[in-house]
Amino acid sequence: MVRFIAGRLAMLALVALTVSFIGFGLLRLSGDLAAVLAGETASPADIARVAKQYGLDKPLYMQYLDWAGRALQGDLGRSLFTHEPVVELILARIGVTIRLAFSALAFALVFALPLGVLAALRKNSWIDRAVLTLSVLGQAIPSFWLGLLFIYLFGVILRWLPISGSDTAWHFVMPTITLGLSTMPALMRLTRTGMIDVLSSDYIRTAWAKGLHPMSVLFKHALRNAVLPVVSLSAVMLGFLLGGSVIVESVFALNGIGLLAFDSIKRIDFPVVQSILVFLSFCYILLTLISDIINAQLDPRIAL
Amino acid sequence: MDSATPPILKVEGMSVDIKVPAGMLHAVNRIDFSVNPGETFCIVGESGCGKTMTSLALMRLLPRSAKLTADKLEFDGHDLLNMSEARMAELRGDRLGMIFQDPMTSLNPVYTIGDQLEEVYLRHRKSTRKEARARAEFMLERVGIMSPALRLRQYPHQLSGGLRQRVMIAMTLMCEPRLVIADEPTTALDVTVQVQILQLLARLQKEFGMAIILITHNLGIVARMADHLAVMYAGKIVETGSAVDVFTRPQHPYTQGLLRCMPTHDHGAQVSRLGSIPGIVPSLIGEQHGCGFRNRCEFARDICASGEIELRTPQGASAYRCVLSPDERPARVVEAAQ
Repeated sequence: MVRFIAGRLAMLALVALTVSFIGFGLLRLSGDLAAVLAGETASPADIARVAKQYGLDKPLYMQYLDWAGRALQGDLGRSLFTHEPVVELILARIGVTIRLAFSALAFALVFALPLGVLAALRKNSWIDRAVLTLSVLGQAIPSFWLGLLFIYLFGVILRWLPISGSDTAWHFVMPTITLGLSTMPALMRLTRTGMIDVLSSDYIRTAWAKGLHPMSVLFKHALRNAVLPVVSLSAVMLGFLLGGSVIVESVFALNGIGLLAFDSIKRIDFPVVQSILVFLSFCYILLTLISDIINAQLDPRIAL
Repeated sequence: MDSATPPILKVEGMSVDIKVPAGMLHAVNRIDFSVNPGETFCIVGESGCGKTMTSLALMRLLPRSAKLTADKLEFDGHDLLNMSEARMAELRGDRLGMIFQDPMTSLNPVYTIGDQLEEVYLRHRKSTRKEARARAEFMLERVGIMSPALRLRQYPHQLSGGLRQRVMIAMTLMCEPRLVIADEPTTALDVTVQVQILQLLARLQKEFGMAIILITHNLGIVARMADHLAVMYAGKIVETGSAVDVFTRPQHPYTQGLLRCMPTHDHGAQVSRLGSIPGIVPSLIGEQHGCGFRNRCEFARDICASGEIELRTPQGASAYRCVLSPDERPARVVEAAQ
């Protein structure tokens, strides 16, 4: 277990190196930063001066080493546009994104697990078909349209919920549901397939033959076996959600990471984009690590 | 056992019909048998003859697509046929237990042996976790498992197949059922382990006094274990009686064929040629007429194809379903020794 975690953390460092280097290169290929910074009316001399000022005239690997050296000391640089430190920019917005991501995942799981179990139990019945239809709808309906529909219905007509901002928990209700509904289908279908598989297994027949209560058979004996892949997928989903949903964040005017990344990419705000990229790759690795540990707790056959 | 004690299980006219795409599959076709308290009743037959469906039907654990009908299905004074699912669940694991074929897959991989044993006891007996643990430890000891306290903390994947089947048996006996249905309990095990498991079952039967329905395709096991037996073919019981009667004077051509397929040591050093029954089991889909064995039977004639074959109950021999008594059949052409 300790060796496993140590190995994963070493991998974390390697991935951070790779992601940041590739990200660095790709961002540089995406446009001439000095020209953008100098503005549209700048002369070639102005551009050269700006390039020198920001160190953009040095070779690419030197620029990367400069950046990496400072990043290791916790200095991610300043935004090229607002001139705020990148660390502060990210910290100011990460709270909103984390709250949204976790509540959307929780919402998705609260519905995905019971509905998946129910669909598996009544395979090919009308309940199963209704659940599958719901999952297709959840995946097919675009978030921006659903978000706008919610705003119109619950914000404008019924006036139940605030339509923008992130001041109170109420502000998160509609974004959570919007994001959760698009996260749910994959989790639900995975629960359903897993349960169908497990319910036809020999040890479930044994559990019935022991006269156990149906709730015990389903939730103690079956679900724990069926839920392993769902845990792994949840981790991936959470990483995705932590990357921020640009669409949902902009529809509900939530100032999260997604919106920050989107704006920064538009402006080629290189230090910000680069930092978010590395941050997200960290999130993914940590989340898969956590999901592997959870699965090892759920299934004794998995030895870490 | 004689007729003075009422049977623990009484089955009359039981059928299991399964809806399949091609029509209705008559897996079990109006079978009758009864099991006395404390005895071993064997159901023997080849794959697909309906023996597993029979056992699942008795437990009321048939798949959803299967339909169970019977004139009578009585266990220990309970009417199994019309019992609610909740009441049935109370019987299962308590008065009525089942041991399955494959011990490698019949235990839940994510819970400890102890947990899986204790939960049966906690479900059916008013008891504390501590009492359940003590009971589990006792049962593991009874099925011959060394250091039971350690085994209780282990997971199924840490145990061998033979050990897991012992655990399954211990689990089934946690509440001392009156009847245990064992569906091919040794088929998935090594030959040496098979014998140990059978000896164990026989010993536990003496100790706890339960009746056993042993389902098998292996006549050697039947000869070793059975008090009474039923031979099933194509969803029907073709012959039933005491083990002694069936083995010494088999009445039905199928039973006679089966016995010829059994290796014997009667000829001393000279090994006789092992018999076989030509042909395959008929399809059980659609309406069944006449004798199911007729297309493989050397004595078959026109009347075998029509109507229901009556059960004959001769004096001092087993009951069988054949239009001809053994005396009426032409003498068998003895195969030339090769």
